[in-house]
Amino acid sequence: MALSGLDIYKLLPKTNCKECGFATCLAFAMALAQKKVSLDKCPKVTATAREALESASQPPIKLVTIGKGEDKLEIGNETVMYRHEQKFFHPAGIGCLVEDTLSDNELTARVAKINALTFERVGQKIGVSLICIKNSSGDKTKFVNAVKKVASGSNLNLALYSGNPEAVKESLTIIKDRRPLIICADKAKTDDLARLAKEFSAPLAITAASLDEAAELTDKVKKLGVDEIMIDLKTDDVSKRIQDFTFMRRLALKKNFRLLGYPVLAFTGSNTPDLELAEAVSYVAKYAGLVIVKNIEKEFIFPLLVVRQDIYQDPQKPVQVEPKIYEIGKVTKDSPVLVTTNFSITYFTVACEVESSKVPTYIICCDSEGMSVLTAWAAEKFTAEKIANLLKTSGITEMVGHRKIVIPGYVSVLSGKLEEVSGWKVAVGPREASGIPNYLRSYK
Amino acid sequence: MPVEFVKEKYNGAINTIEIGNGAKCVKIGGETTLPFLFEEGAMPNQPVIALEVLDTESPDQAIACGGRLLCVRLASIHPDNGNRPADEVIASLGLIFKKCGLPLIIVGCGDAEKDNEVLPKVSQAFKGENFLFGIATQNNYKTLAATCLADGHSIVAESPIDINIAKQLNILITDMGFDPARIVMHPTTTSLGYGMEYVYSIMERGRLAAFLGDKMLSMPFVLFVGQEVWKTKEAKDSIAQGVNWEIATAVSMLQAGGDLIIMRDPAAAKSVMKYIEMVMKK
Ligand code: SF4
Repeated sequence: MALSGLDIYKLLPKTNCKECGFATCLAFAMALAQKKVSLDKCPKVTATAREALESASQPPIKLVTIGKGEDKLEIGNETVMYRHEQKFFHPAGIGCLVEDTLSDNELTARVAKINALTFERVGQKIGVSLICIKNSSGDKTKFVNAVKKVASGSNLNLALYSGNPEAVKESLTIIKDRRPLIICADKAKTDDLARLAKEFSAPLAITAASLDEAAELTDKVKKLGVDEIMIDLKTDDVSKRIQDFTFMRRLALKKNFRLLGYPVLAFTGSNTPDLELAEAVSYVAKYAGLVIVKNIEKEFIFPLLVVRQDIYQDPQKPVQVEPKIYEIGKVTKDSPVLVTTNFSITYFTVACEVESSKVPTYIICCDSEGMSVLTAWAAEKFTAEKIANLLKTSGITEMVGHRKIVIPGYVSVLSGKLEEVSGWKVAVGPREASGIPNYLRSYK
Repeated sequence: MPVEFVKEKYNGAINTIEIGNGAKCVKIGGETTLPFLFEEGAMPNQPVIALEVLDTESPDQAIACGGRLLCVRLASIHPDNGNRPADEVIASLGLIFKKCGLPLIIVGCGDAEKDNEVLPKVSQAFKGENFLFGIATQNNYKTLAATCLADGHSIVAESPIDINIAKQLNILITDMGFDPARIVMHPTTTSLGYGMEYVYSIMERGRLAAFLGDKMLSMPFVLFVGQEVWKTKEAKDSIAQGVNWEIATAVSMLQAGGDLIIMRDPAAAKSVMKYIEMVMKK
């Protein structure tokens, strides 16, 4: 949370010595609040004041990075409570649990299955971000072996979930260049694990029973030299967790409360896949930075990933596809030509129905600034002139021999005008994309 | 280290709406906090899941699901879908009502003309049962509002993902003498992956405005999750995935402030009912 000029003034020496080049400390404070000067210009500022000012300029929720390279997971650094206020910045990671009690074969199979959990949706690649290896056996050798196997079997980011510092240390030695997240499974071992996190410069998740305890632990861990911290709250009560996540985010954003200004980690507790899904969806919606799940079935993970995609979508920027001609199937000179907007959901819905019709078809996406058909029409971004212009410039005239275009049923009012300005024959298609297969199959 | 919480306390509250009579009466709304934040306010009535059936379908499976309300969509009255006359529909509804004994949510076919012809007759036939009827829109609310007013039913008011239109429509309907505590808002439903986030944020904005005292946005939310989800490719591709798609959409809507969720798949509905039990346990 940014400090006001007056807040800063209170921290300055108030001697008006002018060494900073300003007439008064207050003038300097005002300039500092507007970020016009740097604090270094005042040679007299005390160490405590410096610390207070520097911490106030930090983001209220710490950015935590797990892993390295292109697919590293970055979470935290959020700035709002509600996505409509601006947006949620760093999509929550979805992690999959692997226990070290699995046999070698089971483990290999599970890792292979997790690796395959990537999907393409509305033109974006989405997938799970992490594998969390849990020391369920309590045995050091088993844990280290499992870590080795997972690390060699997967390029995903890793988390080490154990309360045994020796097991963690040995694992870290093996996979240190992966920059795994260390999750402290035993509160009593927090100090030891914090030292390891520092030594290997890895992020650390503390486990606490309450917010009070969490604040205590982050304070302690921070003093041991760990900067990137996550918080895991141990409670079986889903609504209590959501309440606590809300409290944490609010304290960090509104009160600049550093000790809870870290991304949160949530393990699902539910024992049936349906409730586990519902639980995980709730955490993604309500402020978790990383959700670790047990179920790794494709039809379980996919909707969860799409929830994350939706919630973290920038409200100001609808996902768009490139405005151009798309060819679905083996198109010929006689293939029908459909026109729609370039709002990605609109395009992909239409494209998917065209595909299922098995009728090779051209789809022309009109640049509607990412609006759906009706919205774009109302905002005059999807007009007869625009479509006519597209027919002229897109190159479709060379691709088909006919001159007939199908427009969405919702904008049937455009047909007269469009025929007039384009010279093309206009057919009115169905209102809903679901009507497209029937429409195309009987299209002449 | 004792942490001092910042609790949001609002002055406003969501209206409580009763659907049905007597022992079977179901209350929705009434909350004074965002979903499930029990340390900041109350949710006196837990969110309700209602299964949706078509008027021509057998309601047995839906009833077996154990919901406290049943939603009947009069799809068959659509001119392109059978054009069923009012008296036949009323007869089917009578059978369904008798069988389930639950208060009904009755939704038209979406064809304004046909809905305006059939719904008033249906409303009259169930006069005094205190059902919930839909759907009133900005361009077509008068007939339905007048008939619900006369027959003692509540109404669903729908807006196209637009908080201003939602408010405007609530004002228009209350201006006809309708009790604001008999209106349920439908902010439009979109499935997960098809713009769900727009609805999610419109609901959060509406809720916050209501808590800050906007009486014309203090109505509970209904979402027709089932019909939207089962239109999607993801649901059509695989039933297991579709069930999860419906669960994930319903839960997201509950987290945004949904009070009444209409669902299609009995397994998905049961899961979400269990989820509600789980999060309402204090
Ligand atoms: S140098 Fe520091 S103490 Fe001196 S006037 Fe500037 S702000 Fe004040």
